[in-house]
Amino acid sequence: MAQASIFEQILDPANRANPYPLYAELRKTPVAREADGTYIVSTYDEIVALLHDPRVSSDIRNLVRQAGATPSPQEGPPGLPEPFIRRDPPDHDRLRKLAMRPFGPPHTPRRIDALRPWLVETTTGLLDALAGKNQVDIVGDVAYPFPVTVICKLLGVPREDEARFHELADAGIETLDPTTGTLEQRKAKRDRTNAELGQYLAALADAHLRQPGGDLLSGFLTDNGPDGRMSREEVLSTAALLLVAGHETTVNLIANGMLTLLRHPGVFERLRREPELSIPLVEELLRYEPPVQFLPDRVTLADIDIAGTTIPQGSPLVLMLAAGSRDPERFDDPDRFMPDRPNNSHLGFGSGIHYCFGAPLARLEAQIALTELACRLEHPRLVADPPPYRPNPTLRGPLHLLVEVDGIRAAGVR
Amino acid sequence: MRVVVDLTRCQGYAQCAFLAPSVFRMQSGDALLYDSNPDDALREQIKRAAAACPVQAIHIGGMGTLAAMQKEPAQRRKPRGPVRLTDAEAAFKRGGRIVIVGASLAGLTAALMLRTQGFAGSLTLIGDEAYDPYDRPPLSKQVLTGWVRADHTLLPYSDELDADWHLGVRAMGLDLAGRQVLLADGNRVQFDRLLIATGARARPWPNDAEASLEGVEVVRTRDDAARLQRRLAARPGRVLVIGGGFTGSEVASACRELGLPVTVTERGATPLVGALGGVVGAVAAALQRDHGVDLRCGVTVTRLEGDANGRLRRAHFSDGSTLNVDVAVVALGAIRNVEWLRGSGLAVTRWGVACDAACHAFDINGLVTGNIFVAGDVARCPHPIYDYQFLSLEHWGNAVTQAKIAAHNMLSPEADRWPHLAIPTFWSTQFGVSIKSVGVPTFSDALVITQGSLAERRFVAVYGYKGRVTAAVAFDQPKWLEFYQGLIDAAAPFPPAFRTVHQPAEMRPVPPEFPKRAVSEHEATVMVTGREPYERRVRWVYRHL
Ligand SMILES: Cc1cc2nc3c(=O)[nH]c(=O)nc-3n(C[C@H](O)[C@H](O)[C@H](O)COP(=O)(O)OP(=O)(O)OC[C@H]3O[C@@H](n4cnc5c(N)ncnc54)[C@H](O)[C@@H]3O)c2cc1C
Ligand code: HEM
Ligand code: SF4
Repeated sequence: MAQASIFEQILDPANRANPYPLYAELRKTPVAREADGTYIVSTYDEIVALLHDPRVSSDIRNLVRQAGATPSPQEGPPGLPEPFIRRDPPDHDRLRKLAMRPFGPPHTPRRIDALRPWLVETTTGLLDALAGKNQVDIVGDVAYPFPVTVICKLLGVPREDEARFHELADAGIETLDPTTGTLEQRKAKRDRTNAELGQYLAALADAHLRQPGGDLLSGFLTDNGPDGRMSREEVLSTAALLLVAGHETTVNLIANGMLTLLRHPGVFERLRREPELSIPLVEELLRYEPPVQFLPDRVTLADIDIAGTTIPQGSPLVLMLAAGSRDPERFDDPDRFMPDRPNNSHLGFGSGIHYCFGAPLARLEAQIALTELACRLEHPRLVADPPPYRPNPTLRGPLHLLVEVDGIRAAGVR
Repeated sequence: MRVVVDLTRCQGYAQCAFLAPSVFRMQSGDALLYDSNPDDALREQIKRAAAACPVQAIHIGGMGTLAAMQKEPAQRRKPRGPVRLTDAEAAFKRGGRIVIVGASLAGLTAALMLRTQGFAGSLTLIGDEAYDPYDRPPLSKQVLTGWVRADHTLLPYSDELDADWHLGVRAMGLDLAGRQVLLADGNRVQFDRLLIATGARARPWPNDAEASLEGVEVVRTRDDAARLQRRLAARPGRVLVIGGGFTGSEVASACRELGLPVTVTERGATPLVGALGGVVGAVAAALQRDHGVDLRCGVTVTRLEGDANGRLRRAHFSDGSTLNVDVAVVALGAIRNVEWLRGSGLAVTRWGVACDAACHAFDINGLVTGNIFVAGDVARCPHPIYDYQFLSLEHWGNAVTQAKIAAHNMLSPEADRWPHLAIPTFWSTQFGVSIKSVGVPTFSDALVITQGSLAERRFVAVYGYKGRVTAAVAFDQPKWLEFYQGLIDAAAPFPPAFRTVHQPAEMRPVPPEFPKRAVSEHEATVMVTGREPYERRVRWVYRHL
């Protein structure tokens, strides 16, 4: 067997705990061709250029069409249209704009900012529940439940359904991970979960149509804006997207964040004393330990000359965000964690038209969760370094993050 | 506190508008308007917004601010290794005298850049406006709607700047040989190196008597904008905007936002025709009409008529019609502030002060001076991409970039000079739409829509000249523009022949429909590589010969 390529080594779960040396290796060839014709792009300027290049498509049907194969397996609930993360303009722009109407500016600019007190309250509640413990799992106890509670509230999932929703979200994400089974096994499982999620969302949509509330789902269904309204199918597909896209990513940001803080005790102490540090700190985390390590599934619509290479039309592209965010040509001393790094145009949320829809929410969630953890965990110590990782190479993060503590401080005590 | 957003960089990601919604507001499209001097109580929110901006376009004080580079030129990236200063250069950097005339965007940016580049000598800023430097783009936008006060447009900078300010004092002359600036108060200021950044002023209505009627306004300064804003807030019967360029169109947009009846007259076939041509201008026209503007193209104002009290009452048009108006905004472009340099021995024309790509002013014989630099709206600088023609730009982004380059070059030995090779970029926000351009659209013989459509009013128009890409204009499509800038840098073939997302079914180049003007003919072409000012370099290519 041929030696594994650097990209294949990155996919290998054995390298999950520290893929960064491999990324450095990768950057020596900014645009590298894999044996199967996929192009791996790992340097900052090239990634940014391709994210702004209209000859690059997020719609992998383009790939399949060109190869003359059958349409790609349906992602998301069965029978629903592809969500806008996997579509190109004009459909992408129309759907994203409609999805934005009840979520953010220009139509609903204050929604996320106004959530702040409730976000604090929610983390406080999660931490209060840990009182008396000497060991906590940052993932299971905080990083994991928090974002799901948040997205449930936003989407309008009633409290009593939250547990069910958690399960579905979970199962869905697990099937994206290539290490959890063969493609067929995972597809079968994904289809099952997706069908269930689809049914659940459909029923929820019916309920919201009968009695609309201030939630996103009601907003999508009853929108009367100048650009029209999403079809019912588009609403369901968008709701599923918001659930999946905002879930494990945020879990990992909080978990990676806590891990990084525990590895930099000086910064941890600073955060305790200056909560405002959480603002630049979260940006640096998105650069230094990004929850989304790379973007697979882009396709070239034309030959593209870049960094001395011509990527032929119809090639699959993988954009290595995490490698770009540590490119020494762009960031001084890139392997150093510098919580107040100036000019931090990291790639943690991507760039261009698909720039993360939920970024403002994710930022607030992480800022609040990490500040609260720093303030309330007494003398936290990592139980295992590195912690066990989930095998998923794209959405990379710890499976558990066990921390010993002397106690949990009461809320509001510094 | 003071905030400035580099809207040439901004791509409408709206992170700021989420995180500090009372300070940053998205319009219906991808356009951002913001409050330049918000309440200090919002500091934390604003910090959140600035940290979150994906392109780091939000500056909030400190020495970095306007002078910040996205990517600092680290020593190791320079092929030549560290730059050595001669003893004289080093002494100048430690204790020389630099004078900047014009204390606005270009002047302030240069001052900040000089200090961040290590200039420790004496720094003097001379400005004839009695105010701290402020930002002009808000004056025709969020100031006129009454959201942001005209005196709340101050630009951020830090006290560490340590400059000697002469504000409210006009420079009246320049003594090149004696190295002195002559001030209106009789003082003379001695310099070793001088930066000329006196910008431009509004072109007044040509008839003095009519121009002095009450209700006839221009928009260039903070005082102009404050006065016009008060007039608009008093809800006049009808506003006349004379000239459908960017400023005129933005004023009309503000009037409509306020619900005021407004008439725009434009000599050409469409609004923005001079800058973007008639094809794209037609979209601007449709935008205006949809928003209820009474747009009259191919028409000029022949006379402004006042009443016995000297108040504007009526406008007479070249088509013989008349209209009762209470306010007339004269938006006929700008005049460069060069009068104070007459007879100074510099190469001064109505197009500004000519300089080389390193921002050294030319003297009257066309030789570069060693110690006089120019930046901003007052400068005229050759651009290799545009056949080395001298460009006179009135763009915010140009003032900032050119000022940084001038400042760097004021402190650098010849081997370390940066040429000003930035592709011109410009933005305008009107009727909720973000209009952005890169390159020089007037330097073209054809255009083609490569993404979206004119009908949707969301599109990218690419302009070409003799078979290469020279400019691109985007309506509500700011995130693609840097790709097109790359095409200009690379002198890519026009029309572009590749497949893209959101591509029109048919891509047929059409004449861009600029008003007639002379284009000088040149056969060879160049391309530029690099992104940051310090790394931009020219190469000749003969591909299109
Ligand atoms: C209403 C308005 C809206 C705009 N909107 C946009 C926009 O949307 N996008 C964009 O890209 N650009 C826009 N611009 C253009 C942008 O503001 C200018 O390019 C920029 O201000 C140029 O900066 P400057 O420092 O070169 O010149 P200026 O800003 O003109 O400053 C020159 C300064 O020098 C002073 N001065 C002149 N003569 C003397 C003298 N003899 N002695 C002392 N001081 C003197 C002047 O009073 C002035 O303060 C707009 C401009 C205006 C007026
Ligand atoms: C730390 C947390 C998060 C990270 C690191 C993250 C990262 C990303 C990245 C890198 C992309 C770009 C994908 C691409 O270009 O193909 C993206 C897109 C997206 N994200 Fe996030 N995300 C996070 C949280 C969220 C949350 C909380 C939500 C929902 C509320 C969300 C919703 C979306 C959606 C809908 C898209 C698709 C946008 C589009 O295609 O236009 N994300 N995210
Ligand atoms: S690019 Fe930056 S400044 Fe522009 S809208 Fe987005 S966050 Fe705001």
